[in-house]
Amino acid sequence: MIEIMLICSLIFLTLSIIAIMYRLVKGPSASDRVQALDTLGINIISGVAVFSVLMRSTGFFEVILLIGILSFIGTIAFARYLERGVVIERKHPK
Amino acid sequence: MNANIPSEVLPILLILIGTIFSLLSAIGLVRLPDVYTRSHAASKSTTLGVLFILVGTFLFFLLEEHYFSIRLFLGIFFVFLTAPVAAHVLVRSAYRSNVALAEESVQDDLKDFIHTDSKKTKDAEVNDTD
Repeated sequence: MIEIMLICSLIFLTLSIIAIMYRLVKGPSASDRVQALDTLGINIISGVAVFSVLMRSTGFFEVILLIGILSFIGTIAFARYLERGVVIERKHPK
Repeated sequence: MNANIPSEVLPILLILIGTIFSLLSAIGLVRLPDVYTRSHAASKSTTLGVLFILVGTFLFFLLEEHYFSIRLFLGIFFVFLTAPVAAHVLVRSAYRSNVALAEESVQDDLKDFIHTDSKKTKDAEVNDTD
């Protein structure tokens, strides 16, 4: 029973990832694509958490933490790039 | 039906609620018209869904195997802290790089401030390079 519910949850998460992939491919501007990437990372975190419950294993929790940190840093870097054209600013370039 | 059903029901219910929120936010991400309205679906309901799922996982391992995972707790804290910040920075950069609003939108209060502001800073940059 519990396995069936968890597998249903994984199927719905996969459907939402497919919808996000549609936005990632089609999105009119670059901001839409970065937003879709951020949401994709968060959905992958949910999928890993459900999978670790399904496997009854605690070994995937580092993956959750790592994907969260990398997705956040990637989103911040993309946003700075879209806003200013550079990721790391220097005050007086020589 | 074994005896420890009640300790499993609450985490699985939380995981299912979080899955429904994630699916609804993905539908919103497909159907809403522009990047600003889409950020509502992409930040608020997705954060709520992932928090439900992570709290469900946390409670599952706490109730079922009596395992308090500090890594998962840090993950919950980190996602709760960073997802709104990422959405805010992203929408701010989208507005400043002139992504158009949807045709249905009726009001744009930031237009007078931001775009004259960026013109000023551009003039300042030009003066700096001179």
